[in-house]
Amino acid sequence: MPELTLVQAVNDGLKTAMRADDSVLVFGEDVGPKGGVFLATEGLTSEFGKERCFDTPLSEDGIVGTAVGMAMNGLRPVAEILFQDFNFPAFDQIVSEAAKLRYRSGGQYTAPMVIRTPFGGGIRGGLYHSQSGEAYFTHTAGLKVVVPSTPYDAKGLLIASINDPDPVLFLEPKALYRSVKGEVPEGEYSVDLSTLRSVRSGDDVTLFCYGAMVTVAEKAADQAQAKGIGVNIVDLRTLLPLDEEGVLEHAKRTGRVVVLHEAPRFCGFGAEISALIAERAIEYMEAPIARVTGFDTPFPNTLEHHYLPDPRRVLDAIEHVANY
Amino acid sequence: MSHDRSTTAAPAATTLDAAGRRELFVHMLRLRCLDERMLKLQRAGRIGFVGTARGLEGAILGAASALAPRDWLWSGLREGGAALMRGLPLAEYIAQMYCNANDTAKGRQMCNHFQHKGSHYPSWSSVIGTQIPHGVGAAFAERARGSDAVHAIFFGDGATSSNGFHAGLNFAGVWKAPCVFVCIDNGWAISVASSAQTAARSFADKGIAYGIPALQVDGNDAPACHEAVAQGLLRARAGEGPTLVVLETYRMLGHSSSDDPTKYRSDEEVERWAKRDPIDALERELLASGNLAEGERAELVSQLTAEIDAVIHEQEAAAPMALRTLVEDVYAEVPQHLRLQYNHFHDVVQRRGEALPGDGAFPL
Repeated sequence: MPELTLVQAVNDGLKTAMRADDSVLVFGEDVGPKGGVFLATEGLTSEFGKERCFDTPLSEDGIVGTAVGMAMNGLRPVAEILFQDFNFPAFDQIVSEAAKLRYRSGGQYTAPMVIRTPFGGGIRGGLYHSQSGEAYFTHTAGLKVVVPSTPYDAKGLLIASINDPDPVLFLEPKALYRSVKGEVPEGEYSVDLSTLRSVRSGDDVTLFCYGAMVTVAEKAADQAQAKGIGVNIVDLRTLLPLDEEGVLEHAKRTGRVVVLHEAPRFCGFGAEISALIAERAIEYMEAPIARVTGFDTPFPNTLEHHYLPDPRRVLDAIEHVANY
Repeated sequence: MSHDRSTTAAPAATTLDAAGRRELFVHMLRLRCLDERMLKLQRAGRIGFVGTARGLEGAILGAASALAPRDWLWSGLREGGAALMRGLPLAEYIAQMYCNANDTAKGRQMCNHFQHKGSHYPSWSSVIGTQIPHGVGAAFAERARGSDAVHAIFFGDGATSSNGFHAGLNFAGVWKAPCVFVCIDNGWAISVASSAQTAARSFADKGIAYGIPALQVDGNDAPACHEAVAQGLLRARAGEGPTLVVLETYRMLGHSSSDDPTKYRSDEEVERWAKRDPIDALERELLASGNLAEGERAELVSQLTAEIDAVIHEQEAAAPMALRTLVEDVYAEVPQHLRLQYNHFHDVVQRRGEALPGDGAFPL
């Protein structure tokens, strides 16, 4: 089985889906001959032609808006938005059009489409190349929101997203594009869009995370293990629909919970995890639920390594919860 | 760049013949009768909201009459009459106005938000201009599949200021997408005059920036609207790309039943346009050419109104909406968290006696 980086796995996923189904096409800014600013679409135009992988004018609103129309008329568009931060010019097309089309038409019209976008910080991209933004979209009924953290999941979740009957926002943690490697099967396979992934088992504290924070969680868990605290790491992986039963099961297993994400804290996705556990499993909790998150500020540049949760801050929260 | 302000030189194939003109006249009259009935229902409190097409029947139906059945019509707001003309059953139209259980959209949209899959009239949202890039993307898909159907994308004067207009026309120009942009310039975007939307000489001038030829015609001359759109369809089908057609007309009533237009426009202006009524104009032409008899309009109005009233009577008796529709069609399958939310709600309403037979809980 070949070992691929996460961005290579995305590329493999796109090629696999395009080989399997002629109606799948990829477009956006710089995805054509250049192969994307992170090379996620490298080689697609040469293999599938400029009718199926092409550059568009520079308008995110136009990219997502035309993708909705293509999806309504029989194609399976995979639109790339250069950075998650640039989804905001297309926000209306995502939340008011793609997400609501099935509902508002009583199921007569649908938008089976994927918006892929590099997501999160850690590349010194400043305010506008680093944001997470998942909470804006997980608040939107009708969308699916997916965040892989391994090459295997990146390919399998992407293929599942392209084949899904509903619109999917596929957030690719750019800090992991080349920093993680893993075995990726050749050919087609998919990973279910509503099931969390158990990263490692531990008896003392459950740590919920996703995206680039999974590797931070693993480092913190190693350090906790050295101090005798077993950490149960859960990669949420599909934020919407969320595997609520899986979250509750893992929370109950240890009775002590830390939630980790790099996005701001206030109304962040961690708030939903905390509330879910508080509403449905409070009687199992032996300590307050702790959150480790980015600050409630815009994303910084020079101090991004302090803005982003690091193993030190995560370990501190693990110890606090474990010793409560 | 073509900027033809007259349609006298239209190719014969795009001109509406006498039988077609008479048929168009009946559809225009039907739409007016329907709007009048809907306004009465709204005033009586039977339906919540009406946005009429009074004064725009020539532009909307004249333009739409040029489409082939395989073509799509993307609505911007007031094109419900065009959907009816192209196959939307009257019962579905009125069910949508009642937002009742017979509505194909399951009562999820407010009044006047029609859709009809059978005649390629997609669901549209209330956010202005968003359907423009949809139509362009769908036109791209049409060509990718080797079909020669064309996508007619309708919008109003206000939409020419929207992101969707800019993105849509720009993408369509670059892609040479098989579509026709139909701008119904009815003078007013709610209370903002067309003259306050742009510093351009006309909306048709905007086509130049996108490399798209534009036609500007009298929107109260229904056959001229038909011809202009027919020319755009010919170009699109021949692979020559999109055309922008601007139809100059006037919205005779308020933006909706909730709007009071006397606050922002003069009676004189309304009177001036009343003299140019598109139905009266076509009636005069048909009478002069012997394709309509004296007194026939009145007969048609009473026939059409009787048909409409019979359907209203049926729709008044629609079954109550199933509560489950609250959480259906959000996704292809109702996910677990929505089943749980609904079942909890169902438990509450059942205990309080509001649930009906058929409103059962979801299996978990």
